[in-house]
Amino acid sequence: MMINQFLILSAFLFCCGVYGVLARRNAVLVLMSIELMINSVNMNLIAFAVRNDNVIGHVFALFAIAVAAAEVGVGLAIVLLIYRNRRSIDLSDVAQMKG
Amino acid sequence: MLANVWILPALMGAAFVIILFFGKRLPQGGWWVGQLAITACLVLSTVAGVQWQQREKVAVTHEMEAEQPSEAGSEGEAAIGLTASRGFAIQAAEEEGSEALRQPVRRLVTWYSDGNVKIELGSHVDGFAVAMLFVVSFISFCVHVFSRDYLRDDKRFVHYFASLALFTGAMLWMVQSATTLGLFFGWELMGLCSYLLIGHWWEDTNNAAAALKAFLTTRTGDIGLLIGIIILFFASGHSFDIAHTNYLALSGGIKQSLLLVSACCLFAGVIGKSAQFPLHTWLPDAMAGPTPASSLIHAATMVVAGVYLFGRLYGVFFKGFSIAAGGMNLGAWIGSITIVMAALLAFVQTDIKKVLAYSTVSQLGYMVMGLSVGAWAGAIFHLFTHAFFKALLFQAAGSVSHSGSHHSFEMDRMGGLRKSMKWTFGTFTVGYLALSGIPPFSGFFSKDEILTHAKENHFGLAFAAGSIGAFLTAAYMTRVMYKTFFGENRLHLAHDDHGHDAQVQGEHDTHASHDLHDAHVAGDEHAGHGDEHAGHGDEHAGHESNWWILAPLVFLAVPALLVGLLQWPGKYWFEHFIANEVFEETIVRNGLLRTFTWSVAAPSIALAVGGIVASGIYYFVLKGDLGLVRRFAPARWIHNLLKNKYYLDHLWTGVIVGSIRGPIAKAAYWINQNVIDGVVNTVGKGSAASGRIVYKYVDQGIVDGIVNGSGSAARDGGGILRILQSGRVQNYAALFLGGVGIIALALALFV
Repeated sequence: MMINQFLILSAFLFCCGVYGVLARRNAVLVLMSIELMINSVNMNLIAFAVRNDNVIGHVFALFAIAVAAAEVGVGLAIVLLIYRNRRSIDLSDVAQMKG
Repeated sequence: MLANVWILPALMGAAFVIILFFGKRLPQGGWWVGQLAITACLVLSTVAGVQWQQREKVAVTHEMEAEQPSEAGSEGEAAIGLTASRGFAIQAAEEEGSEALRQPVRRLVTWYSDGNVKIELGSHVDGFAVAMLFVVSFISFCVHVFSRDYLRDDKRFVHYFASLALFTGAMLWMVQSATTLGLFFGWELMGLCSYLLIGHWWEDTNNAAAALKAFLTTRTGDIGLLIGIIILFFASGHSFDIAHTNYLALSGGIKQSLLLVSACCLFAGVIGKSAQFPLHTWLPDAMAGPTPASSLIHAATMVVAGVYLFGRLYGVFFKGFSIAAGGMNLGAWIGSITIVMAALLAFVQTDIKKVLAYSTVSQLGYMVMGLSVGAWAGAIFHLFTHAFFKALLFQAAGSVSHSGSHHSFEMDRMGGLRKSMKWTFGTFTVGYLALSGIPPFSGFFSKDEILTHAKENHFGLAFAAGSIGAFLTAAYMTRVMYKTFFGENRLHLAHDDHGHDAQVQGEHDTHASHDLHDAHVAGDEHAGHGDEHAGHGDEHAGHESNWWILAPLVFLAVPALLVGLLQWPGKYWFEHFIANEVFEETIVRNGLLRTFTWSVAAPSIALAVGGIVASGIYYFVLKGDLGLVRRFAPARWIHNLLKNKYYLDHLWTGVIVGSIRGPIAKAAYWINQNVIDGVVNTVGKGSAASGRIVYKYVDQGIVDGIVNGSGSAARDGGGILRILQSGRVQNYAALFLGGVGIIALALALFV
């Protein structure tokens, strides 16, 4: 089985995610881009798992999905709080942690 | 009890925590918590002493070693897994007819282990440790009682008692430690506590400086100690165990050259802590602390820690310094120099506490010299007796200043106190005779034993120094007696200047206002002094302290008078009590153990009496007014030399620190200018702050320089790094991805 197409697709999705994370200023979109990256990685894991006939890759992908769900839950909660306090979710405004 | 001596430091530690955190809310500042804890320690250490005395003596044989490593204790302690130190068992078994000894009670807990390194803490209790536990508890008990009244109105009463508890706890911990590492913890904790107590009245800059000096000077020696401990750790095959190290040292398991190096390093620690020449300068300055704290430092904790270390790791020192070979070794030299030097300095001091401080330095010299000439039991016995009479002398001096001389320690402002302070005078006299080495007072027996060993083990110079020291000791103590308790009453002078202890009472203002009036009114101030002082007659004659202060004096006077008898010639109960394997393997095996002989004792008594008579004639008959210093040039030079403490302080601060400060500070300055600044400037941030710090660096000498240097390095590094901390999530994400990219590239290229 050829896995090239899967890898190319996941690389493309990952790059989209990176672009989104670095370039977008809307916090929700950044979170979505992160999801994109995570899922592209999951796709890689599963592609290799199928090719090598190894169940570990599947298990790992499942874990990654669960962790991603938790992460996005926390992330959205933070975004919500930021919105409540500032009436804006523009990430370039949020720089209170500047050293 | 012997297996559970950790309870003692634990009790004091608990008392420390309770007093520190809850003291202010407890009735009477929680001093009774410390008092209860130390009373419990005293009882428990007495019990331990009795149990040790009852413990069976076991002649170690091969069967013992093979079958029964945990030999029978008197209390069924064997069950807890106490192992006799096996190393010695083997060696002792090789030699038939070795004397039966009480085996030490050991209890080790693995702190952590990592691969082949196992770090253990635990207790190693033998007669030596038990004797020390007792003396520390006893002195600390007296100090606690004494302090209650002495610091009654002090504003840091609570903190004082907390430090006192921690101090005692640290010493108890150190004494029972089975490993050099555990010993080092107690050692450093004591350094901290001495800093806290010496600087108790830190509002006065001199006191704060004295505390800092004590801390830093002892720390100088501690570096040597730490290096020595590390060397021994590796030399003894990754073990901190003291008994194991001693065994290896004595059985030839460690190379002689290595032992010499580690003994010298450890000895640096002893010099610092036990105030030996040339690092003794901190001890007289340490008189800035409250008198009972000085008493504790000088008698039971801190300064005797160095001597204890010497005695505890005696195997290392014995082999390292080749004591069996005879001939003056490092320890004997340092000890001898210290004895004479400090005794001479004691003559020119006008502050009674400073005389006692130099006397302590001198007596510690005896102990170090004694250990270095093979008088192991004698030196430890001197430590034991000295603790009692020196604590007594300090507390009596405290009593004098507290009630007699208006909080001054200046002997020029005392005099004639023997009538008004009968108890203080009586107990001080006991301490005086003990220190001077007049039989049957305790000091005679211990000092004589050291001198006997020095002479018969052929350490001629050490013996000479010790004999001169005996003469000088008796002479300067007679001077103190005369100036304090005899002669004309000079108390009215005390109103011009109150000593550094004056803060205790918070009576500064009353005193100052009285100074303006006729001195006769001055008695009134005692009204605010405490009701127990109400009944005094003549305000200028001073008056006796109350029983909170006198009771400890009496407690201490009894042992100061009597404990010498424990080493009664021919009996040597104390020596049999503390004898351990190291003692057997070093002193006894090499035939260095000497017994009482009149050929040493008689001249030593004669010298002591001679000192008293010579000094007595000078002060009592001639009234100390020959004008030698004024009329006779060499006498003046000597006086100046002594007054300036041999210019040692100048040597330390002026010459050595100065010469280091110059080049190193310049180098540091150059590095700052050219290297750090360069980096900082390219970054463009923090150069202003760094420039200020660079300036300070040159300004403030070597110590501050190093501290600031590390600070400024961190700060400049922070200055560079803070640019990265933009606070923007996306910057972080970009950096993160960049880092991942680099790692991926590295993996692709190199793996």
